[in-house]
Amino acid sequence: MLFTSYTFIAFLIILFLVYYLLPHKWQWVITLCAGLFFYAYAFKDPGKQFGFFFIIITIITTYLSARLIDRNLKIQQEYVKTNKETLDRDVKKAYKEKMRKKRLLILTGCLVLNFGILAVLKYTNFAISNVNGVIKLFGSEAAVGSVDFVLPLGISFYTFQSMGYLIDVYRGKYESVRNPFKFALFVSFFPQLIQGPISRYDDMADSLFVPHSFDFTRVSRGIERILWGYFKKVVIADRMLVGVKEIIGAPDTYFGFYVFLGAIFYALELYADFTGGIDITIGIAEVLGIKVRENFERPYFSKSIKEYWRRWHISLGAWFTEYLFYPVSVSKPSLKLSKWSRAHLGEKVGKRLPVYIATISVWLITGIWPGAAWNFAVWGLGNCFFIMLSEELEPLYDKFHKRFNVLGTTPWKIFQILRTFAIMCSLRMLDCYRNVPVTFKMFGTMFTRFNAPEVFREGLWNIGLSIPDYIVLLCGTAVLFTVSMIGRHGDVRKRVFAKNPVVTVSVCSILLILILVFGAYGIGYDASQFIYNQF
Amino acid sequence: MDKKRKVKNIILSLLVVAALILILAALTRLFMPKYMGEVKEGALIGEYYDEEKDFDVVFVGDCEVYENFVPLVLWEEHGINSYIRGSAQQLIWQSYYLTEETLKYEKPDVVVFNVLSMKYNEPQKEAYNRMTIDGMRWSPSKVGAIKASMFESESFIEYVFPILRFHSRWNELEREDFRYFFGNEKVGDNGYYMQLGVVPVDYIPEPKILGTYEFGEASWEYLNKIKDICAENDVELVLIKAPSLYPEWYPEWDEQIVDFAEENDLKYVNFLECTDEIGLDFSTDTYDAGLHLNLSGAEKLTSYFGDYLAENCDLEDRRDEPELSALWENKKTAFYERKAELEEKFCEK
Repeated sequence: MLFTSYTFIAFLIILFLVYYLLPHKWQWVITLCAGLFFYAYAFKDPGKQFGFFFIIITIITTYLSARLIDRNLKIQQEYVKTNKETLDRDVKKAYKEKMRKKRLLILTGCLVLNFGILAVLKYTNFAISNVNGVIKLFGSEAAVGSVDFVLPLGISFYTFQSMGYLIDVYRGKYESVRNPFKFALFVSFFPQLIQGPISRYDDMADSLFVPHSFDFTRVSRGIERILWGYFKKVVIADRMLVGVKEIIGAPDTYFGFYVFLGAIFYALELYADFTGGIDITIGIAEVLGIKVRENFERPYFSKSIKEYWRRWHISLGAWFTEYLFYPVSVSKPSLKLSKWSRAHLGEKVGKRLPVYIATISVWLITGIWPGAAWNFAVWGLGNCFFIMLSEELEPLYDKFHKRFNVLGTTPWKIFQILRTFAIMCSLRMLDCYRNVPVTFKMFGTMFTRFNAPEVFREGLWNIGLSIPDYIVLLCGTAVLFTVSMIGRHGDVRKRVFAKNPVVTVSVCSILLILILVFGAYGIGYDASQFIYNQF
Repeated sequence: MDKKRKVKNIILSLLVVAALILILAALTRLFMPKYMGEVKEGALIGEYYDEEKDFDVVFVGDCEVYENFVPLVLWEEHGINSYIRGSAQQLIWQSYYLTEETLKYEKPDVVVFNVLSMKYNEPQKEAYNRMTIDGMRWSPSKVGAIKASMFESESFIEYVFPILRFHSRWNELEREDFRYFFGNEKVGDNGYYMQLGVVPVDYIPEPKILGTYEFGEASWEYLNKIKDICAENDVELVLIKAPSLYPEWYPEWDEQIVDFAEENDLKYVNFLECTDEIGLDFSTDTYDAGLHLNLSGAEKLTSYFGDYLAENCDLEDRRDEPELSALWENKKTAFYERKAELEEKFCEK
């Protein structure tokens, strides 16, 4: 059920009505049933039903593991408390270590199982294609056949969210949830199931299970956010997609300035697509009275790649930092490596080496997280390269800024923003062409084949977009830009619209008309799913 | 927020919602094709609802009925009050649902069905479907027609709210969309779509060899349904095949219809077998080289068929009914005005 399908919109309307018309104490059960229905609907086709059970496996194993870890911790605390007087320090320490190992075993088992499912379903064919590539290198014609797996919808998102919860329980950040159905709701909360954000249990729990009465202001603001998301997705992203597809699909025809144009279009399309999807998610949650974290903070206004990644898909970055980067950085092998490298490579290099290894690992995984392909891996490593490069060039920057007093000035800020945007667009080309050599080749043509006059003369009209399309895109982008600019000083809706509900209703009406009229949907347009749904 | 302000906000919000509904309704009307330009066939189906529904004969079918039969000739020569419920590439299930709908409004003596659409067992083109369905008023028959005609890529809701289908016309709106915003001009004469041009037949394409000459399951299903619903309503069903020289009407197809008619005690007239008796001259009586007849050809065919109906279907001559005669006088005037207008345009060309 695509967010942009009529079925989904009908599903939402029915859900909203049922949610507020039935007794409020049942709201969380209704949301759970809606989530499971939404998810099961994705596997309605014959032969695909099996895919539904993977989320059930994740729910059951994570729930049980968290309960076991919690129980183990409580037994430990109870035992230590009861025998406080009799246990000496060493015995207590040994007991705690024994119990910790048990918890670690449960945690590891669950992590291996769930990440194993994710790895097998998502990366088996990638591994097989690489094995076949190696076999071919040795001149053999033999090849391992690929496997036809049903990739469960949003498996990366719900797996990461569930495992984050389990690690938090292991770390004692909060208690595990007792009611398995409530946990099932946390994992299967349908708006964020397919493209995030990846929520933390303690962020959501307060609002997820409590009854919510109908609040006109909140509901209308939620609807406004949903419509804003649809505007971005249907009016901008899906219209832009036509041009992007055309340029990317024919590298032999579209080179040079077309590639530049394609990269800009793709940046806009991806932004409108992904943030639009998140707006719909957060808007639905808002209508239901559930708090979901923000996932974007005007990323294209970032002044460095590092900052960009703090503002783009925030929840994913936070997940990797919290559950991967820090644990890897402070892990025993990492500390050993740090010690060894300081001794053998000197203080300066030795200090950085483990951090860089952790950084590279995180970025490699971040890279292949969206898709099992080399282009994604290179994309991840490309980001890593620019982040590390800017770290290394820090002393040079300092010297430059001491000499030229430009830091903090508006032109310098604009330069930084444009530089970051240009790097991101260049890296995203790997995502566009999905083929590493082709990407590099096409990137090269931007500098070797100068065809800008030809593109402006006639090329712009040959990529599936007409003058009215460009007008809609320009106006849509201008609206996006303006909203982002206003948003620098706080939530736009709160600042501009909160004072009067009539304004909210009017904005909703205008958005609805714009979506219905200018949306790239229906016959004549390819129904396109959100880009991040595929992950 | 004080109570007064709250009430004010609610009223204002409701007004905004009402304005939204009005705007959407206006946009829907604006974006929907008016069929008042080059392509007029899509406007035919809707014209039926403005008629006094008391017809003796109702024709149902595709372009082979609405371009080949002239109700005015049936009236003038035999006093038969007839109407054509036809549209471009009208599929057999659409003809069935139009028959079903017509029989809810009135009980004619005869329903005439042109069998060419038996060759289509599945929907062909969304644009043609729309020409038939969008003109229909909402009823269970329309719902049935939509469900039977929809492609997989379509959604039912796009028929309920046509703005979802036609919104993309925002950048191709023409003068006619604004001119006919409040209502269309009449394009048909009791469903007949007048053509005056002459393009003689100089070439008939070689018929394609088909994999199978058996009509499809859906075609038979709906032909049976048309037969049954006519029988249930005590209406005589007459099957016809218009005298179009192509697309080919294969003998194998004809045999199946002949057998069906015999089995079910129905009348079937294949006009292709009596073009000489009708007096058709394909060098002057067709406007598109043999596909459809022009007014001259249609008048000859109607006259011939009128004789057939009068002889075989026990139809009353109603020319002595003053109200109906007066109605037809007006129709006759409109018909000749249209003819004169078309002739003028034709001469200009």
